[in-house]
Amino acid sequence: MYAYDEIDRTLINERVNEFRDQVKRRLAGELTEDEFKSLRLMNGVYLQLHAYMFRVAIPYGTLSSEQMRRLAHVARRYDRGYGHFTTRQNIQFNWIKLAELPDALADLAEVGIHAMQTSGNCTRNITSDQWAGVAPGEVEDPRIWAELLRQYSTLHPEFSFLPRKFKFAITASEHDRAAIKVHDIGLRLHKNAAGETGFEVLVGGGLGRTPFIGKTIKAFLPGRDILSYVEAILRVYNQYGRRDNIYKARIKILVHELGIEKFAAEVEDEWLKMRDSALALDEADVEDIRSRFTYPAYERLPPMPDELKKAAHDPAFEAWRRNSVAPHKVPGYAIVTLSLKPVGGPPGDATADQMDAVADLADKYSFGEIRVGHEQNLALPHVARRDLPALWEALHGIGLATPNVNLVSDIIACPGLDYCSLANARSIPIAQELTRRFANHDTANLIGRLHINISGCINACGHHHVGHIGILGVEKNDEEFYQITIGGRADEHATVGTLIGPAVPYGAVADVVEDIVEAYLALRARPDELFIDTVKRLGVEPFRERVYATR
Amino acid sequence: MTSPLQQKIKITGPSIVTANRTWDGVVIYRTASKGWSTELSDAAVVRAVDEARALLADAVADDLGAVGAYIAPVEIKETGRIKPGNLREHIRSRGVTIDLPVPA
Amino acid sequence: MLLVKSGKIADDAFLPVADDAELPGDGAVLISGARFLADAPALSHRAGKIGVIWPNNRDIDELAPWLDRLAVVALVFPSFRDGRAYSQARLLRERFCYRGELRATGQVLRDQFVFMLRAGFDAFEVKKPGDAEAFAATAKRYSVFYQPTGDGRITALHRRMQSRHSESASSE
Repeated sequence: MYAYDEIDRTLINERVNEFRDQVKRRLAGELTEDEFKSLRLMNGVYLQLHAYMFRVAIPYGTLSSEQMRRLAHVARRYDRGYGHFTTRQNIQFNWIKLAELPDALADLAEVGIHAMQTSGNCTRNITSDQWAGVAPGEVEDPRIWAELLRQYSTLHPEFSFLPRKFKFAITASEHDRAAIKVHDIGLRLHKNAAGETGFEVLVGGGLGRTPFIGKTIKAFLPGRDILSYVEAILRVYNQYGRRDNIYKARIKILVHELGIEKFAAEVEDEWLKMRDSALALDEADVEDIRSRFTYPAYERLPPMPDELKKAAHDPAFEAWRRNSVAPHKVPGYAIVTLSLKPVGGPPGDATADQMDAVADLADKYSFGEIRVGHEQNLALPHVARRDLPALWEALHGIGLATPNVNLVSDIIACPGLDYCSLANARSIPIAQELTRRFANHDTANLIGRLHINISGCINACGHHHVGHIGILGVEKNDEEFYQITIGGRADEHATVGTLIGPAVPYGAVADVVEDIVEAYLALRARPDELFIDTVKRLGVEPFRERVYATR
Repeated sequence: MTSPLQQKIKITGPSIVTANRTWDGVVIYRTASKGWSTELSDAAVVRAVDEARALLADAVADDLGAVGAYIAPVEIKETGRIKPGNLREHIRSRGVTIDLPVPA
Repeated sequence: MLLVKSGKIADDAFLPVADDAELPGDGAVLISGARFLADAPALSHRAGKIGVIWPNNRDIDELAPWLDRLAVVALVFPSFRDGRAYSQARLLRERFCYRGELRATGQVLRDQFVFMLRAGFDAFEVKKPGDAEAFAATAKRYSVFYQPTGDGRITALHRRMQSRHSESASSE
């Protein structure tokens, strides 16, 4: 993982000091809330229903064990002993006091963690594949480019007051685990026909009120040009993005209103004037960042060690291994996903004790490194296969070994009306009830891969548009109702889901999901035809009939 | 429960003004004596748009003490007790409807 | 409203003149972009310096042919949250090589000073006296900058490369 040097740490500390001064002036009445709000947002501080919420950055979802321990410390010292991992690979604390924030930030800065630009009308966390650097078949580690872009976009003087927020995602695998097609800029690292490595650049993807799948603006861009090209896109957006209506201010609207050809021409026109400027990256620039990414000294290990053979007789271990353990690019190693979706639990939350335990396990079994995925689970990216049984015992002991990764109870949900001041309806209790209904692992395995996404309002932080089953909280006569969509996808075949019918009340949602699942089981062509493929084959109608027959 | 952040002033019954305390974010209610209380029972109740507007304007003017002030509905029981008027206000006054991962 | 130049509160030598008011025969004046462009050849040769206030929703390219005649270009932040003038400023300095005074007007607050300096502004119409007085200290808030702009400040990347080269040089 990337090692912050003194220069990086100096910047973080300077930002902490600046924010400390801003909080001081706010609490002394020298800054009005109107003047302060953007400043606190640019440091990840929201006002929520009960308290401030503090969103800490986990750049491209990579954490060291030392950093995880410090997050646990913040949860204990400044909050209520737990944190929530988000759909953008960040972590949120829900009960923070503004007056204590500068101290919390200073504590985090000591281990190279910050909250810069996790909110506000600026560029946000650059997210990536949680298996970056270890996934088999990856072109190269996308996090190197994510770090280059992170530095480029941090406290950028020209782009800190954009029309609206701006999100990047980057992948380097054929299977897109970073949802790049629903980001403002999506980057796909790949090799062209000549064998050169470069980026496909997509622009204008996004969810919310008006979901759009990103459009390709450049099929192949050499690494040398990535920063200047991004600068051209941002400059066009900064100047021409709408500022009269916050619901029309994202770049996706500008791309839609101009059309991709005209938009691409504007960007190209701007880019050609500066592609050879100081932003052009040469080998030495890239190598400098690359050299500060350290990788483990992997041992030469057998793919089927004795420890694993012995543990194979334990059905509980095997169930977990088959579900939560993925192949690693280095033989004898594995990528282990830690489910943060226990039966009956709020999705994506971890207690301070669990965070500390994960840090210890990372030290012991994963060369001190942890990953955060946008599906709100954690991962240990460098586990020797011989350590899997011991790791499982430990994870099981702290409730992080639920074998439901990518299954129906591995639900992605926003905090919803329990926490969030934007929400129309609650999402967490819906998720909890669904995990109870589908608690049986044999049933969940029978159903197969099925992504349920829940958002408490149209801002879509739960990414409901791209869920295989999407659940959206709406308001109707002061009561909680939910619209259900099916057929969405967030990966390289990204598509927005289709509404199956009128919104249903809070108490009916779990029943509706069960009906949808039952319909799928009855209609699928083969046991291994996934839910999403059955929907694609048959359309929404058979599911609509089943759900609304008695409603 | 459409977020009040997107509402015009509209009174459909007894209402109060609520906000969050600036320094720590705690939920507060505007009182009749031009102050704030963390207790819903201390909230000044208004029943007409003009009253509500005035109460809100006063609250908003206290930029140092409170942030995000808005008008919220309440229910008044026969005993005179003030109850939250919708789920959102219920959650704000009582807390989340789920068990916290770490018991308080 | 106070004018800050070269890090200090300064007198404003430029008189703002409304579109419908007559221009004085000489003396430094600040007029709207629309008025200037309506009569640019004549105005750019008037006795006395001329400065233009350029709106943030109009392409700065239109002013480019006249830049070497302008003593001041004033850009606008209608709200401090409207960041269009940052792009205009960088284009003026870096693409069109404008060398005159580049002034920030509108809602200009302390916490944007560093961004503005880096974008190329060198004069600031500051709303709050406290902010104007704190200008010099605020400008020193940051010593590390990740990305290059036209301000000449060394970027983090180059600082690292430099220290590498000096390390390897000294180890030879």
